[in-house]
Amino acid sequence: MELEIKNGVVFDPLNKVDGEKKDILIRDGRIVEKLKGKHDVIDASGKLVMPGGVEIHSHFAGGKETAGRMLRPEDGARTVYPKRNGLRSGSGYSMPSSFTAGYLYAQMGYTMCNTPAMPPLFARHTHEELGDVPIVDKSAYPTFDGNWFVMRYLKEGDPDKLAACVAWFLRATKGLVIKIVNPGGTENWGWGKNAVGIDDPVIGFDVTPAQIVKGLAEVNERLKLPHSIHLHPNNLGKPGNIETTVETLELCREVKSANARQTVYLTHAQFHSFGGDSWKNFESKADELAKYINRCDHVVCDTGNVTLDETTTMTSDGPMEYFLHNLTHLKWVNKDVELETAPGITPFIYSRKNPVHSVQWAIGLELALLIDDPFKVLLATDHPNGGPFTRYPRIIAWLMSEPYRRYYMEERVHKGAQKGSSLATLDREYTFSDIAVVTRAGQAKALGLSELKGHLGVGAHGDVAIYDIDPAQVDPSKDFKAVEKGFAKTAYTIKDGEIIVKDGLIRATPQGRTYWANPVVDHELDREMLKDVEQYFKKYYSVNLANYPVQKEYLKRGREIQIDARDVK
Amino acid sequence: MEIHTDVICPFCGTLCDDIEVHVENGRVMEALNACKLGNAKFMSMNKKNRHIVPMVRGEDGFTETTIEDAVERVARMLVDAKKPLLYGWATTECEAQSVGIELAEEVGGVIDSCASVCHGPSVLAIQDVGFPSVTLGEVKNRADLDIYWGSNPMHAHPRHMSRYSRYPRGYFRERGQQDRTVIVIDVRRTDTAGIADKFLQVSPGDDYELVNAFRTLLNGGDIPDEVAGIAKKDIASALELMKTCQFGMLFFGVGLTMSPGKHRNIDNAISLVVDLNKYTKFNLIPMRGHYNVTGFSEVLTWQSGFPFGVDYTRGYPQYNPGETTSVELLSRGEVDAVFVVGSDPAANFPKKAVEHLAKIPSAVIEPHETPTTYLCDLNIPSAIAGIEVEGTAYRMDNVPIRMRKIMDAPAGLYSDREILEMILLKVREIKNGA
Repeated sequence: MELEIKNGVVFDPLNKVDGEKKDILIRDGRIVEKLKGKHDVIDASGKLVMPGGVEIHSHFAGGKETAGRMLRPEDGARTVYPKRNGLRSGSGYSMPSSFTAGYLYAQMGYTMCNTPAMPPLFARHTHEELGDVPIVDKSAYPTFDGNWFVMRYLKEGDPDKLAACVAWFLRATKGLVIKIVNPGGTENWGWGKNAVGIDDPVIGFDVTPAQIVKGLAEVNERLKLPHSIHLHPNNLGKPGNIETTVETLELCREVKSANARQTVYLTHAQFHSFGGDSWKNFESKADELAKYINRCDHVVCDTGNVTLDETTTMTSDGPMEYFLHNLTHLKWVNKDVELETAPGITPFIYSRKNPVHSVQWAIGLELALLIDDPFKVLLATDHPNGGPFTRYPRIIAWLMSEPYRRYYMEERVHKGAQKGSSLATLDREYTFSDIAVVTRAGQAKALGLSELKGHLGVGAHGDVAIYDIDPAQVDPSKDFKAVEKGFAKTAYTIKDGEIIVKDGLIRATPQGRTYWANPVVDHELDREMLKDVEQYFKKYYSVNLANYPVQKEYLKRGREIQIDARDVK
Repeated sequence: MEIHTDVICPFCGTLCDDIEVHVENGRVMEALNACKLGNAKFMSMNKKNRHIVPMVRGEDGFTETTIEDAVERVARMLVDAKKPLLYGWATTECEAQSVGIELAEEVGGVIDSCASVCHGPSVLAIQDVGFPSVTLGEVKNRADLDIYWGSNPMHAHPRHMSRYSRYPRGYFRERGQQDRTVIVIDVRRTDTAGIADKFLQVSPGDDYELVNAFRTLLNGGDIPDEVAGIAKKDIASALELMKTCQFGMLFFGVGLTMSPGKHRNIDNAISLVVDLNKYTKFNLIPMRGHYNVTGFSEVLTWQSGFPFGVDYTRGYPQYNPGETTSVELLSRGEVDAVFVVGSDPAANFPKKAVEHLAKIPSAVIEPHETPTTYLCDLNIPSAIAGIEVEGTAYRMDNVPIRMRKIMDAPAGLYSDREILEMILLKVREIKNGA
């Protein structure tokens, strides 16, 4: 199967292609230099051509995601998607159901999505559900924040077994990335407590959040994992949390990167850039975080934009969700997971008329505009926490247009945003190339998957998004509505060389790959570590060890990334 | 003799995964670790009277037919119906449930599970006020107070207390039973009450009042000297245990969901647990009955957005319990065909609903003989999920476990999933051909 995309205006930052007219050739699902024979041709003249979008942090599938849908039939009733043209039906405004999520992402030109907080015990659920998310390639990040094995080995000072154990969990859960959510706080939540500083003790385990973060960051590099640790620090959403955020990032400064990339990935940075000490004097500290990130090389973050919608918050940060529930008194779901983590869920209504929410809206944009290198600040809403991913086109338009932001600032949001943030003073406007970085190239690079994803060089997957926006005609600063509309639905989405979307309509629904990491450590060490695992399982888990690892049947199209880490012994 | 270890018991929502089954010459010799109920299920594999061939009702009773004919009949019934009901799903694996949902969508029918008549009210309450919960391992490692309300695990979930709550030693509960307190609240002194530290006998139908009494006292109010047949001092002392424990659990059964008040009882009970979190750590878990009724809600929710009672007649999922749920649809005569998979509504539904079921075209996939297989026009026996077929099931705390296959089904029997796939294919053939 061969395909030629002719005359498009190509933005491919990883290959330093910045708006050139260029043909893209795809054979057997990969980008190639030359085609061999008869092939289909797409005329992309006057259209924007980018690599397929990569979603680095979106809660679109998994245990708490489904619990969130179950909690909110009102969200399901708000938007329904009928069965049509051979597509499955679905529902959900802030939390679209599984098939629908795959379709919506593909329609926006995304070809890879990663679900960022999978409690290991629920890995089977996550993979079952990922099997029902069509089209996009995907992966899941298992959570390690309250993992008893991790804390035990940290306390015992056994970094080798710690590494072996993390490798085992990645293998058992078919996960790609080490995710850390409110380190130590989720374990303390088992007693209704939290961890509010990086040196707070974890009850019953005699370790601290700082030890967990640093320990896992080091393990991550020893195992040479593609991505860095993926971190949601303590104190999410609390006024004044900027201090904790910077302290936590600082822990990873000296960690040596194994793969020439960041050593810590700070996710939904907006929620971690708060100043003040109460909601009354709440203010943005985006400038402080931006200054820190601009000055160092070991951090990449995503924005965690707030889009001012009614949404369903869901994180593995149980104490935070309870805190939020006590603010709003809306219904609250808690889902503590034995020996591992503690997810929670509660609906949240972001209001334009609320000063705090308006400042939050501003912080997400400020971060994107204040951090100089777009490869260090990627676009995400922490779907659905800051808002649904379907809002990405609007965020893109905000980033590309100062007048659009000004209109919001002056006409739409609470005046508090002007006082509480510096957004009104920022006149930077993203270019199309910047947008290509913060929606695909940057994600692929940060994930360590940039050989295959996020670019259009030879050898990359044939994943391409073609948008009906003519950069020669459209001035994004003025025509922000055209930009918003253009990024909402592609003219074409191509996945592995196959036309998936044409004129915004889904035409095919293939099964995407599921990536997972398998770092192989020294055999002897692995065996020793497994003895501890067996003992813990017998005593403390509620399932038998033999029934714990995710069987291969659950990955409909699994892709193992095997890593030689036998030097870990 | 084959010895299968770590076998998952496909009986109740406790979903024990430590059964050791001994099989010799196609016969189950022993099911070690299993409770009385689980053991009976494994042992029943040795019974001789199992149906192998689909049966269809004719003028003079049931006659045998082929699987192809049976599949075609079900497909035609579903295509011809204006609004078919696809009901059951609690005793089969998620992979079969998933095909069932696709089938319901394809024929524009209503799909509903037994949750509709057991823990449906729990779901409604969750949708009202939320759901502070934990996995069962958390209970094992931390809980020092367990309350069973309207639930009798000694008989319904016999290993629940030994695996998770009353007896096991946990990380923070090294002394096991001695570190834990159990309260039972029920309308009669059940066998579970017999081993509890405290028993509160609530007068039938007054559960709501009792929850209210707890909440009133907890939130600083005062109550009469007796509420729901229980003296004020007993209510107060039970509440004191709840407030002062380190980690409390409320397990509740159909005694609370299906007694007068229904979802309002649960609504209030969840609110009590939320209130208690101001004092200590407190959570709840519903004592789900069938081993995979939880799994159906999960699969249907991630695929459609809603947990049970989903109506696809308009081409998109609609959910409105009372309007789109089985008992009401049948009682009002609003469905014109019924397809049951892995359930026995004829034995459990109200008379009026069953009467309508008997009147309209109907079919059932079911390995055993049940009142429903006799009532339906067509029954297709299937292999038994979790014993002859592997697949996913979700425990009462939503933990997914892969059930194992330990023996082959008798020749000629297909799994629920295979039969449903054949029906789905046939439905599409008929729709495209017609």
